[in-house]
Amino acid sequence: MTIAPSRVVGAPVNRIEGRLKVTGEARYAYETQVDGVAYAAIVGSTIAKGTIRDVHADEALAVPGVLAVLWEGNAPRVADDAEFDLAVLQTRRVAYRGQIVAAVVADSFEVARDAARLVRVEYDAEQHEVVLREDDPKLYAPDKVNPAYDTDTQQGDPDAALEDSQVVHAATYATPAYHNNPMEPHAALAVWDGGDLTLHDSNQGPAMAHTLIAKVLGLEPERLRIISEHVGGGFGSKGLPRPTAVLAALAALAVGRPVKVAATRHEMFALTGYRTPTIQRLQLGADGDGRLQAIVHDVVEQSSTVKEFAEQTAVATRMMYASPTRRTTHRLARLDVPTPSWMRAPGECPGMYALESAMDELAIACGIDPIELRIRNEPETDPETGMPFSSRNLVACLREGARLFGWETRDHAPGPRLQGRSYVGTGVAGSTYPARRRPSSALVREEDDGSYVVRIAASDIGTGSRTVLTQIAADALDVPLERVRVDIGDSALPFASLAGGSMGTASWGTAIVGACRKLRAQGGREAFFDSGDEIEAQEPMARHAFGAQFSEVHVDADTGEVTVSRMLGVFAVGRVMNAKTARSQFLGGMTMGLSMALHEESVMDAEFGDYLNSDLAGYHVAAHADVHDIEAVWIDEVDDALNPMGAKGIGEISIVGTAASIANAVHNATGVRIRDLPITPDRLLI
Amino acid sequence: MRPFTYERPTDAASAVALLGDAGPAARYLGGGTNLVDLMKLGVESPDVLVDVTRLPHDRIEELDGGGLRIGAAVRNSDLAADRRVREAYPVLAQSVLAGASGQLRNMATVGGNLLQRTRCAYFTDVTKACNKREGGTGCPARAGHHRNHAILGHSEACVATHPSDMAVALAALGATVHVEGHDGPRTIPMPGLHRLPGDEPQRDTELRPGELVTAVELPALELARRSAYRKVRERASFAFALVSVAAALDVRDGVVEDCRIALGAVAHVPWRALRTEEALRGRPATEAAFGEAADAELAAADPLPENAFKVPLARRVIVRTLEELSR
Repeated sequence: MTIAPSRVVGAPVNRIEGRLKVTGEARYAYETQVDGVAYAAIVGSTIAKGTIRDVHADEALAVPGVLAVLWEGNAPRVADDAEFDLAVLQTRRVAYRGQIVAAVVADSFEVARDAARLVRVEYDAEQHEVVLREDDPKLYAPDKVNPAYDTDTQQGDPDAALEDSQVVHAATYATPAYHNNPMEPHAALAVWDGGDLTLHDSNQGPAMAHTLIAKVLGLEPERLRIISEHVGGGFGSKGLPRPTAVLAALAALAVGRPVKVAATRHEMFALTGYRTPTIQRLQLGADGDGRLQAIVHDVVEQSSTVKEFAEQTAVATRMMYASPTRRTTHRLARLDVPTPSWMRAPGECPGMYALESAMDELAIACGIDPIELRIRNEPETDPETGMPFSSRNLVACLREGARLFGWETRDHAPGPRLQGRSYVGTGVAGSTYPARRRPSSALVREEDDGSYVVRIAASDIGTGSRTVLTQIAADALDVPLERVRVDIGDSALPFASLAGGSMGTASWGTAIVGACRKLRAQGGREAFFDSGDEIEAQEPMARHAFGAQFSEVHVDADTGEVTVSRMLGVFAVGRVMNAKTARSQFLGGMTMGLSMALHEESVMDAEFGDYLNSDLAGYHVAAHADVHDIEAVWIDEVDDALNPMGAKGIGEISIVGTAASIANAVHNATGVRIRDLPITPDRLLI
Repeated sequence: MRPFTYERPTDAASAVALLGDAGPAARYLGGGTNLVDLMKLGVESPDVLVDVTRLPHDRIEELDGGGLRIGAAVRNSDLAADRRVREAYPVLAQSVLAGASGQLRNMATVGGNLLQRTRCAYFTDVTKACNKREGGTGCPARAGHHRNHAILGHSEACVATHPSDMAVALAALGATVHVEGHDGPRTIPMPGLHRLPGDEPQRDTELRPGELVTAVELPALELARRSAYRKVRERASFAFALVSVAAALDVRDGVVEDCRIALGAVAHVPWRALRTEEALRGRPATEAAFGEAADAELAAADPLPENAFKVPLARRVIVRTLEELSR
């Protein structure tokens, strides 16, 4: 069912909008020029829990250029059933520090921001709880975990199996909170024309944003248009609409002028989502040959008091390895913190750090090569459902990686292993991510000059999707790339799912191939295709991408500083659509995994209830200087049970397992096992 | 940010006069890499900015009898790239390159680097108490997060550190800071420019109101040719030090003839390790002697719960740096 051998799919085509971006011609939401624009600055709450008693705006209103000070007492209303985080300025309740409690609208951003400091908010503060604890009595089992997985699963009697196992490894692993930190902050420009609203907004899917924002604002769908032509990164944080977009719409309505809102980097740490911290208890039982007899993965994590977001941290544990018994659980504490959300492979990323660290520890306990341990526990079918895998090439990735990385000479004994003034070691970890797609629709039209235009409300958040979709359309139409233009980033285009969950290319490509085939089959100038039926009719199967991550570290023997001297990722992701943008995504994901292993941590301030290191100097994302020899390759994988392109999503898999491979390498180098990230120098002063 | 007026004089006397006329809410502006950030955050709200980057302080000149005079407006990038600096004072070039990022170093000036403020996250958040920002309001860092705060010379009122790398090298080299004020020019020897917090942490330096840094002079110092800066950090670029060491060492026949050592990220000031220096002079250049000398300085350390690691880390970095210089 895959499309015919291609001419351009797979080729390393340069980004179509690359020139626009590097020359600054590409316009992002906040850069859109309109006449008469005003600017809103946010006043964030300075308490983490309580009630607004009153807002004193006189001083701010007296600043020349200030148009309005909006708060619960005077802001335009939104729909009654809007969720708390999007119901901006609708309540006096404060649920987390930094929540929008007022906004100043002014002729310039500078005036708005200056006046925002003059707004005096009186609160009745209450005692807050903001620190996640394993023994929090308020922990409970949510109904589902993101997006709709079972909260708990059980297979056989793992407790009994652990008792009977020859080798048992049990340990607790933890990851801190992480903030997505895309380069472009969350920003919106709202322009009302009578009852019609155009919103230039930075998001991961204008169609999805359109549906949700129309509901919040109580607008008929045809009265709202969302334009998101270029987006400077999202990493999950722009998957759902953010309060910035709603605030822009309300402020523009209130002052009768177009209004721009951009979150500052500091505000992004409260308003635009993050990954929950996790506390993960792993128990593995194996026979003497390392064959798993029991896997138990119990997760504790947090959400806000206003929304239940339960990260699916243990889901990869349900399908990664064979075992006759298994249990996975998720427990949630609702704290006076901002609402966590999607971030860089939610679920798989923190969960696989724990599982793949535990597998490394088990391999050592069993005295076998960690690659061999994984091969011995390779399941024939999906362990949880018994369904066949559409393709599963974890073992092939591990073997190819071992060959390329030089694994056969590795000494599996834990360090310390001193070479000169560094401890040197290597590590490996497996990687996986689901291969899904969502219904989308596309329109293709032949123009008078013989070129084609494809229209779809897809999104390019920097991944290269605009380019990839053009390649897919060119092959499906059997015309050269230059004769196809793909219009995306506008809710007025045919409905499409969002850029998230590594589903963009699979979802949008299915719709585009469908429309192009239809046009070629039926003739005429135009064809429209909705993939809903095709996806619904899809045979149930376990569809996942797999990979293997290899790392070599040098740990400074005096200072504990970790240098990741080599990284190799080997991936099995079906057919690769664009060798250049795919490699970039893999390397980017691996770099984010390095960053997770060594750098990133959002530090909760228990006294004040906010994330303390709320800027890019305090929240460390890996710099270029941290990345040395890094390479990503992929194996030839043919999978006809996915979609017309034969492609699995590649947006997230390459962050999964990276942190474990580095932590495992640090252990191999030093003998020190780090079970809570990040691995900072002070942990390694041995 | 609050509206302000902007002046751009071309000589030091005018700059000093402009600032004096403007009163206490006026600031000199160098590269702006710290001051402008603080203005955006509301930590600084000057009425007047006096831009001093057009003053004739942008050159590095050789002094009669050796040494270098570095204008206060010299950009960090130019300082680190200067051949005379790299050859005669490698510790200084290395310290500058260890700081910030390429873009920031292209903007930042020598004077501004010396006068940058602490990066304590409580100091930079105007919604929280901070004795340094507003005397008498309290210090949440002591009971809160202080992983990268001081282990030496701190007070009940303030546990912040000075963030500069360059200043640590200048403290080790015994540089002289030239300033110009209403009462004329004067000089301040490093590390004496910066002060410990005591009960007045709002004051970072010994500068008098309105004084302008015009230059830094490096003494002729033969042992500085054998010098190095080692910064321990959590990220390979654009990260402040956990601990840093600036050291110069002269070893003859296996014996330490002379040395200069300063520590960064351990105190409110670039910390000249005089006790270490004293303990080393005349001693054999061995790892054991380096360790004992480090201990002599660090005996006074009074770490907080989150930064106790800095004491052993500082010892290790001192020993390693001296050991490498002695080879």
